Amino acid sequence: MKSGSSVQVRLPSELGFEKVAMSTAASMAALMGFSEDRIEDLKTAVAEACINAIEHGNQLNNGLSVGVVLSTSDDELVVKVIDDGTGVRNAPHAPDIDRKMHGDEDPRGMGMFLIQALVDEAEWHQGPPGKSFVRLVIRLDKESQ
Amino acid sequence: MQVTTKVSERTAAAASGGAVTILAFAGDISSASKDAILGAYHGLNGGATKILLDFTGVDYINSSGIAIVIQMLLEAGKSGTQSVGIFGLSPHFQKVFTMVGINKYAAMHKDEATALAAA
Repeated sequence: MKSGSSVQVRLPSELGFEKVAMSTAASMAALMGFSEDRIEDLKTAVAEACINAIEHGNQLNNGLSVGVVLSTSDDELVVKVIDDGTGVRNAPHAPDIDRKMHGDEDPRGMGMFLIQALVDEAEWHQGPPGKSFVRLVIRLDKESQ
Repeated sequence: MQVTTKVSERTAAAASGGAVTILAFAGDISSASKDAILGAYHGLNGGATKILLDFTGVDYINSSGIAIVIQMLLEAGKSGTQSVGIFGLSPHFQKVFTMVGINKYAAMHKDEATALAAA
């Protein structure tokens, strides 16, 4: 695959469609030569980013879509997930399983933590509608680590 | 548009004696799985004290699905009599479950034979 290739996908704001972006990201990562375990990491991170965009960014509004832009360079795959929300204000925090198990913390709310833990770079950008996005990066040079 | 979760129940013998109830999941585990998973758990015989969750047939798990598993573990913990183990997760989801700390409250095993040996 040529470096600098780009693929764009638009998802309806309906849960379940995150799997379309997940499959696309997996296919591109495989073409670039990422290992199976790194592809699995990417799939979960992309799925969680799309779920956040569908649920929180676009509030499950069928009139809005989630944009997913996948771009390659020689050694990295960048995935941008764009929604119409105002962006994420809080930094991801590690889930506290003890608090969850005692009912002191919502069992949900692990998506951002998983995204950050599973890719090499994750950053959330706030912006006007259609300009808020999360940017994920996985790098081939991490393969040997 | 979410894929539904199928849950089947069976019983097996634990290596230490006694019965183990196995809840086997198939399909996706997501926010749409709540009724299927918690419904199956709530429908268990009150005497079920050793429970194993079989993920062998699961293709996709997201954080909302993991939250449902945590909800079940929370309820099992509150019962004071139930222990829950897990088997059949892919290496990736074993890693994810460990990252969020589920292994602290549910022993994770590679397969059914290993899980029954430990039960």
